[in-house]
Amino acid sequence: MKVIPGSVKLAFRALRRNVLRSALTTLGIVIGVGAVIAMVEIGQGSKRAVAESIQSLGANNLLVMPGQAASGGVSFGGGTQPTLTPDDAEAIEREIPAAAAVAPVVRARTQIVAGNKNWVPLYIYGTSAEFLEVRDWPVADGRAFTAQEVSGSAGVCMIGTTVARELFGDEPAVGQMIRVNAAPMRVIGVLARKGANTFGADQDDIVLAPWRTIKFKVSGQSAQTANQSAAGTQSGQPTQASSSARFPSQQPSPYPLQSASQLANYPAPPPPTFIDQILVKVGSEADVPAAMKQITTLLRERHRIRAGQPDDFNIRDTAELSQAAVATSRLMSGLLLAVALISLVVGGVGIMNIMLVSVTERTREIGLRMAVGARPGDILRQFLTEAVMLCLIGGAMGVLFGWLGSWGVRAFLHWRTEPSLPAVLAAVGVSAFVGVAFGFYPAWKASRLDPIDALRYE
Amino acid sequence: MELITLDDVHKTYHLGDLDVPVLKGVSMSVGRGELVALMGASGSGKSTLMNILGCLDRPTSGRYWLDGDEVSRLAPEGRAVLRGRKIGFVFQNFNLLPRTSALDNVMMPLAYARPRVSDTEGRDRARRLLDLVGLGDRMDHHPSQLSGGQQQRVAIARALINEPPVLLADEPTGNLDSKTSAEILQMFRQLNEDEGLTIILVTHDAEVAATAQRVIRIRDGLIEAGAFGQRVRAAS
Repeated sequence: MKVIPGSVKLAFRALRRNVLRSALTTLGIVIGVGAVIAMVEIGQGSKRAVAESIQSLGANNLLVMPGQAASGGVSFGGGTQPTLTPDDAEAIEREIPAAAAVAPVVRARTQIVAGNKNWVPLYIYGTSAEFLEVRDWPVADGRAFTAQEVSGSAGVCMIGTTVARELFGDEPAVGQMIRVNAAPMRVIGVLARKGANTFGADQDDIVLAPWRTIKFKVSGQSAQTANQSAAGTQSGQPTQASSSARFPSQQPSPYPLQSASQLANYPAPPPPTFIDQILVKVGSEADVPAAMKQITTLLRERHRIRAGQPDDFNIRDTAELSQAAVATSRLMSGLLLAVALISLVVGGVGIMNIMLVSVTERTREIGLRMAVGARPGDILRQFLTEAVMLCLIGGAMGVLFGWLGSWGVRAFLHWRTEPSLPAVLAAVGVSAFVGVAFGFYPAWKASRLDPIDALRYE
Repeated sequence: MELITLDDVHKTYHLGDLDVPVLKGVSMSVGRGELVALMGASGSGKSTLMNILGCLDRPTSGRYWLDGDEVSRLAPEGRAVLRGRKIGFVFQNFNLLPRTSALDNVMMPLAYARPRVSDTEGRDRARRLLDLVGLGDRMDHHPSQLSGGQQQRVAIARALINEPPVLLADEPTGNLDSKTSAEILQMFRQLNEDEGLTIILVTHDAEVAATAQRVIRIRDGLIEAGAFGQRVRAAS
């Protein structure tokens, strides 16, 4: 292997003889490699940033929504047909092993009042304590509600930081009373700040209460199961009617209203209570497809849907969203890489160009070297070494410039970048390859010169 | 044993369908330690003969022995190795590498020498040779900083770096003024006498040829005179 250092030294000397030209030749490779490094680092960084923000959104969450009602071929949109019941949520939790946590959700939108202040939060969710687990949402102050409070439709709630600020300012919110619609609730906890989600909605603008509380005390649907006997005893004044009159519910009534005598004559079976959605947290992202299939089977069974009939619910997974986002960023970094590789090829053609000129210009030198004993192989190796050295020096400088570029992007544009060792190795490898590929033809041409003609070349 | 022996060497160039015979049966010899001149007008086949003598080209037919090796049988690779080991070239236009110091110019052929010569030994040898040609104080000068005569001396030092038995000089004084020419020719004579170096001067100049002990004249592809020496040394 003593041959290599010798030819490297020779090549270095030859390159040093025309520093400016060597530098300009290298520039193409410097730009190409620099572009590759900077692009890959920026691409990696943004890919990771997107992936992380999607993870905090809950990449392994499943959202079960009721299906859509349709009449005469006219669809009323997703969630218009109430089909999900709290029992569905419990069944999922009980029977689907992949479901780590399940939370039923009842939504409401109304005004809340505390003292002389009022506020309309973005989200008023009736749910269970498991909601916090599903959404990875810690309680900053106070506590979450207990199972007893959820099943007993207790007048307690947790509020997000935005709501706490709007209603109580700097005062401690825990222990205060608020009224949601007409229902009084005690604030037992303040949620940790979560900030806006990827679509800009303020996630801290939220009130969480036991789902029964929201369902029966806020949304205005009476708890038929609880009031069944009361409705029968109260002559001609069913609570349901009065509460519907006071708080017109947007929920479509599954059953037509019955008069008091009808109720007395035909005691109806307890009508089901519907919830707006079920949130499911799957243990690991890999189990998401399996969990979706299991939940579909389970709910079809529970809803008694025959084979061939469409589902009366939708399951959405955010993994779909995260996959789309990651695929987009992968596409982006692929695109950037393609651009960078094209610039590398352009740089390589520049190298070939200059090497060809160099061979022509140094024909006499080649002839002389051959006359003093250089074999064609020696000439080939020398010119090839020169080209590869140009490319490797350019590659090294390109890596530095690429780092500098991505540092600049990080420092001044505050974009996220991520160092990538494979990119460095690939860039150096590609630049060496460019050197060999584009240096070979000129070198081969040089080695095929006839020493007699070369010596006489003017 | 003669150092150089040519036996009925022919060289024919093929220009399309046309055969152009350039050498038409050249036989000659040069003994070890001789200083001979190869003379001929342009178109006489002088350059072709020189290329064959310098192992740059191979004869179409006939045989050529150089220092015991039959060159006419060798492939281009083998001739390249032989050139490096047995022949030192001196050119009319010096052919020095530009922007390269005199020392590096002299050391250049060592890169292709087989067996390899170590860097330190090569450097010592190059310094000694530059001293020998009287340029010991100009080793770091680039060719552009040297006069024509000095450049040619660097070229001579370069030709001797591999310690070849033969020095082949192609119009070595063609680009020099008469005073410098005389100096260079004097150097050849000295190298021939002191070091016992065999030197072939290729020239068309009778004055230059007069330096030699023997003049080989070539005309129309045939040797006219002086093909074989009598191994007499002229007393100078």
